Amino acid sequence: MLNRKKAPAIKDAVNMSLHLPPYVSFTLSNGVPVYTVQAGSQEVLQVELLFFAGLWYEQQELLSATTNFLLKNGTKTKTAFQLNEQVEYYGAYLSRGCFNDVSNITLHCLNKHLPHLLPVVSEILTESIFPEDELVIYKNNQLQRLDINLKKCEFVGNRLIDEYVYGRNHPYGRYSTAEAFENIQREQLLDFYQSHYVNGNCIILVSGKLPTDLEQQLNQSLGHLPLRGNRPDITPIATSPLVEKKHRVSNDEQGIQGAIRIARPFPTRHHPDFLGMQVLNNVLGGYFSSRLMNNIREDKGYTYGIHSYIQSHLHHASLHISTEAGREVCESAIAEIYKEMSLLCNEPVSAEELGLVRNYMMGGLLGDLDGPFQIMSRWKTYLLNNLPPDYFQQSLQTIRSITPAQLQQLAQQYLQPDSFYELVVV
Amino acid sequence: MIEFNRFVLSNGLRVLVHEDHTTPMAVVNVLYDVGARDEQPDKTGFAHLFEHLMFGGSGNIPDYDEPLQRAGGENNAYTTNDLTNYYCQLPVENMETAFWLESDRMLGLAFSKKSLEVQRKVVCEEFKEHYLNKPYGDIWHKMRELCYQVHPYRWMTIGKELSHVEKANIEDVKAFFYKHYRPINAILVVAGAVKVEQVKLLAEKWFGDIPSGEQYVRDLPAEPAQTGARHLDIYADVPANALIMAWHMDARLEPGYYAAELLTEILGDGGSSRLYQALVKERKILSALEVHHFGSSDKGLLAIESRLVNGVDHATAQAALEEELEKITREPVSATELQKVKNKTESMIVFEDMSLMNRASSLAHYELLGDAHLMNTELEKYRSITADDLLRESQKIFRKENSNTLYYHIRPTQHAE
Repeated sequence: MLNRKKAPAIKDAVNMSLHLPPYVSFTLSNGVPVYTVQAGSQEVLQVELLFFAGLWYEQQELLSATTNFLLKNGTKTKTAFQLNEQVEYYGAYLSRGCFNDVSNITLHCLNKHLPHLLPVVSEILTESIFPEDELVIYKNNQLQRLDINLKKCEFVGNRLIDEYVYGRNHPYGRYSTAEAFENIQREQLLDFYQSHYVNGNCIILVSGKLPTDLEQQLNQSLGHLPLRGNRPDITPIATSPLVEKKHRVSNDEQGIQGAIRIARPFPTRHHPDFLGMQVLNNVLGGYFSSRLMNNIREDKGYTYGIHSYIQSHLHHASLHISTEAGREVCESAIAEIYKEMSLLCNEPVSAEELGLVRNYMMGGLLGDLDGPFQIMSRWKTYLLNNLPPDYFQQSLQTIRSITPAQLQQLAQQYLQPDSFYELVVV
Repeated sequence: MIEFNRFVLSNGLRVLVHEDHTTPMAVVNVLYDVGARDEQPDKTGFAHLFEHLMFGGSGNIPDYDEPLQRAGGENNAYTTNDLTNYYCQLPVENMETAFWLESDRMLGLAFSKKSLEVQRKVVCEEFKEHYLNKPYGDIWHKMRELCYQVHPYRWMTIGKELSHVEKANIEDVKAFFYKHYRPINAILVVAGAVKVEQVKLLAEKWFGDIPSGEQYVRDLPAEPAQTGARHLDIYADVPANALIMAWHMDARLEPGYYAAELLTEILGDGGSSRLYQALVKERKILSALEVHHFGSSDKGLLAIESRLVNGVDHATAQAALEEELEKITREPVSATELQKVKNKTESMIVFEDMSLMNRASSLAHYELLGDAHLMNTELEKYRSITADDLLRESQKIFRKENSNTLYYHIRPTQHAE
């Protein structure tokens, strides 16, 4: 007779051997470094060009994001439509994104089509013209989108909490306004494009089932471009956190939910506490059986979901707790959040709970490394942050060996309720 | 080509095994043949609420998530109008943990009152977060009611209204479970670094003795063919006007489905699609555009959702939109355009199949549709579509009398004297 009360034996994920498959790198003729990860069985590729052209590098608000967005909206010889058609004809996706530190252009395609697609990438990196008409359409549509987003409590909450933690004028605390959209002019885009893309500092990441002539193909299309392979010099920009910690914002009188955002500055990945704090973060609010989920969703039913996470930029970072809760239970939810923090400060995590978190994290890592793009995504973080090659092993070591006493110490240092900014937007 | 083996346990549980020895993981996917379309009109949202309750403990195991996470696993679930799917991924060495957990909740839930009480609240917050406390959040509540007058696709999976979820009681929960959550109505897919023989043994061991249950015979009212254009106006506190149109289209297994999917792509997918180029870029009438279809098991919808550039009125936008649709019903698409959407479809399928989890859930979904082998013949079906097929299908779909139109208006502000 099957005993269903008894769990099958498991192998502790903590004891599983895990290694991050290494990358292979080479340099293009113009000095641009290329990092490659060969994995997977499908004939697909992801080619990501990283530029040091995020918000950190702009002298004017929205310049980096607008330049990035309009990169593929017209070149000397092709319209936006023609560029898109050339990519879409081959069933490929050419996306671009702009973030706080870096921006990118990413190509996803079947291997067989790569020779038709790299020339498009090369073209938008040399001949983009940022047509006035495209800029006008972009501004108008973005302005409307901003109006809509400003009606959402979570959007407003995300903006304000970053402002509190980093300062309104800091690249990590900055956000879009109608005025900033209006101020963007074509000439400024062309300047930013010249300095940060055409002659920009670039890193290329390629993952998937790599074609044997990858290096040749990349050199042919991108090796002769005036791109720079070194890192730009970084001028530190100090954060200017707000003094006042507690905020309540009314955004919609009829609102039936509040966006709760609780956050504090936190050291970057280079700090010795960072890895241990990732474990503590999981205990607090990093996975489904976390303290916050168990209490605030699974016991009280105040919310559909609550999470804590470390928002880790290259030069500064912060620790966040984020949830949307019924309007009438927001204050109770906040009290429970602080209660959970205090509990972690006052009592060591049990061996059983720590074992659960260790296994969950190790299993998650194992699953995360399953696929070329996922492996590359981890290397991207390590490369951009200039972390040592054994950083992955260091993370495993921390997960396996951190003690309840060390976690409690971290909690006492970083989870003191009064060190947090606190915001509710209804 | 996705290889798999299939066998059926004596209680009727269908089991599919997809071996992939390049991964250290296993995926265990359990699909139940029940969705929001199987709900009663006065108890909507129940299939989805029930999905939440499936994590509230089973007969022999007080908590589902904890043991799975301890085994290094992760899981989630989703409910659609057609089906409910549960999936977990864990290191293959610990795969039996997933069999233990999934089989125990198929055998019987704990039916905890506390879990029901809490999950009712959680789902109400989900309802608010995604549909109520958000500009335009009610579009598909209204559109479904406009498009479907008889078929239960007329409500969303989250439910017609909060009160339906709030009123759910433990008797409803039990009845629903024993009606739908039986082996005979379920499909188990196991994928990853596994062997068929090993899965057979485990499936037999953990699922073999669960009572078969009664086969659920779905007898839903068919939606009668629409015979006249329908129109609805909504006024709300939003910053921009929106225009939404939807047309009835073929069900997932009907011949017109594949052409409708390609039409969707031609019209609205990507920067070189027709509507984007004509209406967002050239004529500057729309500020945002999305064309999609529901891919539903019963007759579905092809929809165009758009927001209007400030100052443009609904009638102008609708006329412009219909002008473009008229073109596609009049002239065959070019060879290049057709090849483009076929290439896109090929890419999409390859990229989707990269993930083990996607392969497992697709197999389950196709098995539910009638035959998991369909997964491997999809691309051929798309490749065989001709420009004439598209022309015929577009003429069938984009008829005035088959259309449902929603004008979503900025509510005029009332000035106090």
